[in-house]
Amino acid sequence: MRPVQYNTNLKMVDLPEGHTGEGFFATSLNNVIGLARKNSIWPLPFATSCCGIEFMATMAAHYDLARFGSERLGFSPRQCDLLMVMGTISKKMAPVLRQVYLQMAEPRWVLAVGACASSGGIFDSYSVLQGIDQVIPVDVYVPGCPPRPEAIIDGIMKIQELVGQESLRRRNSEQYKGLLESYGIQ
Amino acid sequence: MTHEQIIETLEAAFAGQLSDCDTAHGISSITIPAAANLKVLQFLYDSEDLQFRFLTDLTAVHYPNRTNEELCVVYHLHSLYLNKRLRVKLYVPVAAPKVFTASKLFSGANWMERETFDFFGVEFVGHPNLKRILNVDEMDYFPMRKEYPMEDPTRIDKDDEMFGRGGTIC
Repeated sequence: MRPVQYNTNLKMVDLPEGHTGEGFFATSLNNVIGLARKNSIWPLPFATSCCGIEFMATMAAHYDLARFGSERLGFSPRQCDLLMVMGTISKKMAPVLRQVYLQMAEPRWVLAVGACASSGGIFDSYSVLQGIDQVIPVDVYVPGCPPRPEAIIDGIMKIQELVGQESLRRRNSEQYKGLLESYGIQ
Repeated sequence: MTHEQIIETLEAAFAGQLSDCDTAHGISSITIPAAANLKVLQFLYDSEDLQFRFLTDLTAVHYPNRTNEELCVVYHLHSLYLNKRLRVKLYVPVAAPKVFTASKLFSGANWMERETFDFFGVEFVGHPNLKRILNVDEMDYFPMRKEYPMEDPTRIDKDDEMFGRGGTIC
């Protein structure tokens, strides 16, 4: 009989702060939901150019974004938590991007990958949107032209930090409503 | 049939209307009056000897220094029968850039004429749907005309801070 090999190299998420006793563990709902959300983010890729190619490498076996709980890409905005904008967004495409963002359900996060999505990049031009934050709010910017997969993963980990620490009341706060209002949403 | 023979055939059919005929890099060029564009294209299409029935490209060029013929509309035709290419040019003034549409003859001209209108403002008379195709509908200028400085100082959609032009980082 061949010996059974157990994988003892499993990576576990640390317990949030809380009180433990015999047979129980108590922590805040914020922590538990944050922990669940940050390790099961469904990204919606909005890839328009070379940053999208880097993203493909990020998703593939070598870099493997699935290690961070983002195993499953969604191609419907209604199911996704994280909008990843990768590439040049022209002014003509801006309303389309905004529509995609509006179709996502709260809570939703946005990652701007690469120089073009963050600021227009080298396209100092009449036809290119000078950063997607002109039409939708952005949580994390990843610099680079294009950024390497490591940088994209770093951006995802920054998003995970935000998701894990976010208060459950943030989306109802006056500050958040004001942010959306400044973009003319709702 | 050689390029020279193609041009001779055209000169026989349109006596006195052709100018600037030459052949370079395996493609011939002719310049025709703007009003004659459909007649010439139709002749090239119908002629059994020529059969220029494929429109490879249609675009425009802006020559700001040519008075009253600032805009040049260029048709690139390919005869699959002869395997020869032909460039047909015509000039119109930028003040009234009106050219008859070729979209009845070549279906592919429809979008190419819309693009040429979008970037150069050439009005294709008789086009079924002449509106912008690549740029935003609200745009009120024709961006490929040589009327603008390389960098427009009046733009406000540019975040100067990120490009080292003023802002807080100098």
